[in-house]
Amino acid sequence: MKIKDIIQLLDAEVVWGEEKLWEKEVQNACGSDLMSDVLAYVKDQSVLLTGLVNPQVIRTAEMMDFVCIIFVRGKHPDDAMIQLASEYGIVLLSTEHRMFTACGKLFGAGLEGGAR
Amino acid sequence: MSELTFRFVVPGDDYSRAGEASSTVKNRLKRLGIDPAAIRRVSIALYEGEINMVIHGGGGEVIVSVTPQRVDMVLEDHGKGIPDIALAMQEGYSTASDQARSLGFGAGMGLPNMKKYTDEIEVSSVVGQGTTVRMAVLL
Ligand SMILES: Nc1ncnc2c1ncn2[C@@H]1O[C@H](COP(=O)(O)OP(=O)(O)OP(=O)(O)O)[C@@H](O)[C@H]1O
Ligand SMILES: [Mg+2]
Repeated sequence: MKIKDIIQLLDAEVVWGEEKLWEKEVQNACGSDLMSDVLAYVKDQSVLLTGLVNPQVIRTAEMMDFVCIIFVRGKHPDDAMIQLASEYGIVLLSTEHRMFTACGKLFGAGLEGGAR
Repeated sequence: MSELTFRFVVPGDDYSRAGEASSTVKNRLKRLGIDPAAIRRVSIALYEGEINMVIHGGGGEVIVSVTPQRVDMVLEDHGKGIPDIALAMQEGYSTASDQARSLGFGAGMGLPNMKKYTDEIEVSSVVGQGTTVRMAVLL
């Protein structure tokens, strides 16, 4: 699916990311509030769902080459985080759905969990 | 390309800046045209190490040198040190503070992950004086 499909499926607000970035094709995602686990277990996922809000979320996504971060439960990144994400071209979305529901909707629509 | 060296001071008191050195290194390696898979290994290992310097080591210095054959990373801090390095290298061992945990760290996976993603790793530490981590990724 494309990032624009995620926006629609999750009724998400685009916090940062111009429309041409929404055309990016994404195959798999991971959901976690623990950056240690994201760094240790994630392989080729391109979308991160998280309820955690701090600059290390953006940095972790940068190191792991994620192209899109979805903040669940209506969480919002602050200006410094948005600035960082824009430097790396990482699309930031915010959805009112909780983690389980957001993951379920995306999984049901064909986004995969990746290896293991 | 002969040898290129990058040096960074990692502040120990500013959690929000943890990862700046790793981010800069990642960008420079990209510009040097290094294999993306190798860049990813360097980035993850260096970032884990940099986070450790901030959350456990009170900050310090990072030196990264690049040759056509390898990327060498040295992370040196003057923090509290590691009493039992073999224990610290085990998956799941962590003494991370509540503050570090609230940022999403403290699973005890960092050092094992640094080992997994690098070709060489050597951790040395003197309690009360500091810790030095040397890692290399072969190109
Ligand atoms: N630079 C350091 N100075 C002092 N102690 C350290 C340092 N690096 C690691 N340690 C010790 O080794 C333990 C294990 O480190 P490791 O990176 O594996 O896990 P963590 O940092 O606690 O959690 P995670 O990396 O999964 O977020 C730490 O909890 C800490 O006790
Ligand atoms: Mg760690």
